[in-house]
Amino acid sequence: MQNNCAIELKDIRKTFGSVVANDGVNLQINKGEILCLLGENGSGKTTLMNMLSGIYQPDSGVILKDGVPISIRSPKDSFAYGIGMIHQHYHLVDVFTAAQNIVLGLDEKLDLAKVNDKVKEICDKYGFDVDPKMKIYDMSVSQKQTIEIVKTLYRGAEILILDEPTAVLTPQETDKLFAVLRNMKDDGKAIILITHKLAEVLDVSDKVAILRKGKYIGTVNTKESTAQSLTDMMVGHAVTLNIDRPLCENKKERLRLENVTVFDNEGVKKLDGVSFDMKTGEILGVAGVAGSGQKELLEAITGLYPIKEGSIKFIDDAGTEKELVGKTPRQIREIGVGMGFVPEDRLGMGLVGSMGMTNNMMLRSWKKGKSIFVNRKSPEELAKNVWKELDVVTPSTAFPVRRMSGGNIQKVLVGREIAASPPVLLTAYAVRGLDINTSYAIYNLLTEQKMNGAAVMYVGEELDVLLELCDRILVLCGGKVSGVVDARRITKEEIGFMMTTVGGKNGR
Amino acid sequence: MKKLNSKVSYKKIILPIAIIVVCFILGLIFPSLVYLFAAAGAYGTALMLGTLGEIITEKSGNMNLGVEGIMYMGGIFGLIAPNMYEMSVGEGNASPFLAIVFAILSAFAIGAFAGLLFSFITVTLRANQNVTGLAMTTFGTGVAKFVGELRRHKVGGYVTVSNDLKAAFDNKFMPDFLKRIPVIGRVLFDQSIFFYLSILLAIAVFLFLTKTKKGLYLRAVGESPVTADAAGINITLYKYLATIIGGGVSAIGGMVYTMTTAGCVWIEASLAGTGWLAVALVIFCSWHPIQATWSSVLFGALMIMYLRIIVPFFPQELYKILPYVVTVIVLVITSTRNIKDKQPPASLGVNYFREDR
Repeated sequence: MQNNCAIELKDIRKTFGSVVANDGVNLQINKGEILCLLGENGSGKTTLMNMLSGIYQPDSGVILKDGVPISIRSPKDSFAYGIGMIHQHYHLVDVFTAAQNIVLGLDEKLDLAKVNDKVKEICDKYGFDVDPKMKIYDMSVSQKQTIEIVKTLYRGAEILILDEPTAVLTPQETDKLFAVLRNMKDDGKAIILITHKLAEVLDVSDKVAILRKGKYIGTVNTKESTAQSLTDMMVGHAVTLNIDRPLCENKKERLRLENVTVFDNEGVKKLDGVSFDMKTGEILGVAGVAGSGQKELLEAITGLYPIKEGSIKFIDDAGTEKELVGKTPRQIREIGVGMGFVPEDRLGMGLVGSMGMTNNMMLRSWKKGKSIFVNRKSPEELAKNVWKELDVVTPSTAFPVRRMSGGNIQKVLVGREIAASPPVLLTAYAVRGLDINTSYAIYNLLTEQKMNGAAVMYVGEELDVLLELCDRILVLCGGKVSGVVDARRITKEEIGFMMTTVGGKNGR
Repeated sequence: MKKLNSKVSYKKIILPIAIIVVCFILGLIFPSLVYLFAAAGAYGTALMLGTLGEIITEKSGNMNLGVEGIMYMGGIFGLIAPNMYEMSVGEGNASPFLAIVFAILSAFAIGAFAGLLFSFITVTLRANQNVTGLAMTTFGTGVAKFVGELRRHKVGGYVTVSNDLKAAFDNKFMPDFLKRIPVIGRVLFDQSIFFYLSILLAIAVFLFLTKTKKGLYLRAVGESPVTADAAGINITLYKYLATIIGGGVSAIGGMVYTMTTAGCVWIEASLAGTGWLAVALVIFCSWHPIQATWSSVLFGALMIMYLRIIVPFFPQELYKILPYVVTVIVLVITSTRNIKDKQPPASLGVNYFREDR
């Protein structure tokens, strides 16, 4: 059996500063086998694979190929060992043909006719559908992915790593990809598939390796496992965090979404018939694996994302309903709907990095007043308030926010957004990259807003936090609402299952 | 499939032939147009070289807006080299061939140096390309004017070369029977050697970019440095080399201007705007070296039209903005039609940091 092993990882450990990205990972992948690497966001799957493709080096542990320890120092080394990685973001030159992209960087003589023939041969062998003379900009996402795969095969890859290949594909394209993967498996290639989607794991893989928070949990045979058993291994047991969660009486409906559907530039459906409501005095958590439509949902509500169909109604204290669909953020504000938005991309969408706190506060208020000069006094006061009350560590209110630490940047942003006590507060990954204490400070701020009668949305990635901070949790799965559940009654396993399967247990 | 082919051949063959025939007939009817374009060949050559150099540079993703300065420096250094050579061997003893070679080498060297400086600042030190390019323009014009003035004091009077050498630089060496072909003869064969060298260079650059592996890699660097980097292509090397060679070629354009159009005399203000026109031309011909040949001559014609085709009460200044107006129109057309192959290199003007990935 030793000969059959394509590559073996032994006791791999990798740290970034104090963060342990991978620890004690033992993985073995055989020729003619599809292995799925399963884990939540940030569980270290991509880091692990980047060590195989030469982007990172492990701190300790060994990688064995055919029983011999090897060291992979660069993507070139990785190629030399027959490892090909297909990243989520394709590395292709748009104005080149498929064949030109495939030969890029190779040492052989440039003879496109020969390349075309060889590409054709590979395509016929595995059942790809590719025209080597086609330009990349004329291709669909799935065709581009095919080119990436053919590129690695052309270089003679024996081990293929695919990082969430199905995230951008339609179901039909996914089926096609899996058919090709099975052909490659029959040809003796070893394939590692990184994915979140349980249905696909069960469908295509032979073995499943599970990572949780960088730790290696184990490898199981797909045949012997079920969606439930895999989810349990993936999410682990619930951890108690002791986040203060007071109950707010007297809840009222504040925002109602009905059948909201949006498409992105490439025509992929990002939200599919999403309906739910947000109530005052409540934190609505949003759970889902990365890219399930969280970003699109927030941007659709704030008027930043074009909505294909559906309605978003804001209900004010008097009970009047106001339609938000089709309005720009400014129009939404003009009709008297106050919304606070803490975006995922703090320095990109939220704050201007090179400006100080005062100027950043002004981004919200520059339109106020009739004078041709902006009012600097009230933003300055607000900045001082935020500085004092949220314990922002900065030498002055004019200090560029970019040079503050992540936690302080977030405090400035949250501080600004809650300053006007908006009736609706939307936050995306509000504690991403923050340490424990700062995270708790942010939790408390959100809870405070909730108790003041705001409808708060908290898009998060850590299920433990969602379970303890939120009142209700909206679970998204591939752009669809998998369910809205009571955070006090649901278990972590159930949510994990709903994240990967629409409707959870009832759906299957 | 057959229908598609006939469509392509219509565009590729019949259309140019039709244009040529129409131009030919126009030339027969309006001889002044023929004189205009024949005269435009000289200024067009300078523009063509400036443009070709900038195309090579921009294909690597470096946008060197310093062409104006580079051409200025090429203008003076390309004149000083034969001037010094002639003074050292004595008037009358100078070989015209060597004088031309020295002019080309000297202009290329100074342009290459400017390209090296630009690459060092933007690729190695990672400074903003637009700012660096504009600084390069100021720097180059300054250096050229200073050196020109210095030389003028040294020789006492105009910096120039003997009449023999002047004739050599502007020698229209093609045989007479070719020049006598109606319309085409004057435009195509009554030109200096630099005109033909530039066209050969344009073809060479075109073949390099489309047919060779290195050309493919260079384009990959300009389009998507991330992809090129992942494929193991040395991005720094390609950017440096392209910018250095591009700068050198542009500078030769400046030299050609001084040695032909300006009659081998250094007049400070005469080159002004040529480099900017070359930058506009790069956009006009959508980064295509072959298109650069005819469009340079066209721009040259537009620039000197005020001397040749005189409409009463039509101010000169309006003539002179024509090239820029045409560029704007072309920009509008290409960006609305959004043909992917005619877009600028995708990462033009963007510095590449590997850590940013």
